[in-house]
Amino acid sequence: MTPAKPSTPAKPSIAPAVAASGTGHYPLPIALAGHALPWLAIIAFFFFASGGGYLSFGTTIMIWILFAMSLDLVLGYAGIVTLGHAAYFGFGAYVAGLCSIYLTSDPLIGHAIAIVAAAVLGLVTGALILHTTGVTFLMLSLAIISMMFEFANKAKDITGGDDGLQGMKVGPIFGTFEFNLFGTTAYVYTAVVLFLWFLIAWRLVHSPFGRSLDGIRQNARRMRAIGTPVWWRLLAVYTISAGIAGSAGALSAHSTRFVGLDVLSLLTSGIVTVMLILGGTRKLYGAFVGAVVYSVVQDSTAKISPNFWEFIVGGMLILTVLFLEGGLMDIGRVVRNFIAKIAKRSGVA
Amino acid sequence: MTTTPALSIRGLNKSFGAIVVAQSIDVDLKPGARVGLIGPNGAGKTTFVNLLTGFLTPDSGTIALDGERIEALAPEMRVKRGLARTHQIKALLRGFNVRDNVAVAIAERRNFAWRMMRYTPQWRECLEESQTLLDDMGIGVVADRIVRELPYGQQRLLEIAIALSLKPRVLLLDEPAAGVPSTEAHHIHDVLSRLPKDIAILIIEHDMDVIFRFAEEIIVLVQGKVLTRGEPAAIAADPEVRAVYLGRTVI
Repeated sequence: MTPAKPSTPAKPSIAPAVAASGTGHYPLPIALAGHALPWLAIIAFFFFASGGGYLSFGTTIMIWILFAMSLDLVLGYAGIVTLGHAAYFGFGAYVAGLCSIYLTSDPLIGHAIAIVAAAVLGLVTGALILHTTGVTFLMLSLAIISMMFEFANKAKDITGGDDGLQGMKVGPIFGTFEFNLFGTTAYVYTAVVLFLWFLIAWRLVHSPFGRSLDGIRQNARRMRAIGTPVWWRLLAVYTISAGIAGSAGALSAHSTRFVGLDVLSLLTSGIVTVMLILGGTRKLYGAFVGAVVYSVVQDSTAKISPNFWEFIVGGMLILTVLFLEGGLMDIGRVVRNFIAKIAKRSGVA
Repeated sequence: MTTTPALSIRGLNKSFGAIVVAQSIDVDLKPGARVGLIGPNGAGKTTFVNLLTGFLTPDSGTIALDGERIEALAPEMRVKRGLARTHQIKALLRGFNVRDNVAVAIAERRNFAWRMMRYTPQWRECLEESQTLLDDMGIGVVADRIVRELPYGQQRLLEIAIALSLKPRVLLLDEPAAGVPSTEAHHIHDVLSRLPKDIAILIIEHDMDVIFRFAEEIIVLVQGKVLTRGEPAAIAADPEVRAVYLGRTVI
């Protein structure tokens, strides 16, 4: 193939390029239905599960979704490979918990403080370690979460150590909606918070900022060569992501009125990473698919045998990574290609 | 009347341990200059480019862009001041299409790439400017192609397009024609000859054909030192240069 002469070639329309940065390649009605699906499912589950006592399970899943979504910004979009993201989740949970004990029982204020605190922690730790990449960064992220875990473990007076933080008093939201025994308030509250964060994250990744993150992930050196302040961009997304993770932690604390040491454990970081990879990175919705599949498989197989679920989830992760490059979210594309292949074969022949 | 050089380098030194890779290099580029930098393998040409662009820090010496000192600035800040480069090893955003590769750079130049709100009309303007530039370079028809699927020669052109989209005052071309099949090389030559006249350009190239056609002045670098400099004809006739290049002494 030879380059075209520098004459005036037909100008390809740039409209598709703009559209493609949005919703993908599906026709609009299908795309809209796809966008509505998770939210309709969340609403439907509320009515379906209200009677069955499964609502708190739904709340937990949504918290995992939010946490995995925050990780997607960092790991998926910006390409920062971290195993320390539970540091911000756990910090948010502890801050929200401590706020409710010592400061105010208003969950919204506690939640806001937890978000800011986690974001500040993200800013400070990110500033320290974001000049590194790859394995070095991975190790430093592990170091940070290990330190925080040990601190929470040792500072029994503040955190309750391995007994967990007890005595949280969570008041009603807006002074009206009590966190009741059935978990309806916690469920709706979590769903609303998830939706708001989702809108913010969606804007973020489909903005010029999001595009420059995409570029940094592909080739940071190139981005510096066009004048991108790479470190600042990464620090910005890291801080925002830490804030969202902290928000998920606060939701977890408020909905269970308890914070256990495990929120800061390496395992929590691992689980959220598995969820995200399982569902698919760089789609935001991957967090939804991954968290739901992981939690449901864990819940249903754990009844058969306590350790069985790890085997199943492990197997699913291996299969996904091997056959679905983009996680379970990729099934749609694989099926679509398959159908197109069949259609082409039967149509043209 | 003297004009401020677009790029002025004084006494640039750099060594890695005992190995000296740059030794008191002085270079001036007037606005619109076309200077070639040649030298055998390992002469320190790419090191020199990395020192200029800020990926390496010089041990001593000054670099001034339009009279302003830049040697302490980070690479991205030097770019913002008007110093752009192309890469010897292709360093493109391989997952993006051609137009987006340029548009991202334009967004950065226009200072709105950090915005976290949705694509504004400004992004559309970036795409349009990108398309115009690509058309001008003769690769407008492949604007929608993903870069990793692009033929090598066109990737090299894209490299140049990205650098130009930054509207630099000084442009460093690091082996723009390296690895391009001879059948496609004339497109690169064509583009090089049509580069904006107001940009000062330093071109580093192994291909003597390209250098002698393009440069008005040639600097010969050997083991981190400027061996000699002068007009192409004088350099071509210089026995010392021939000796260095042919690897033997001319008797």
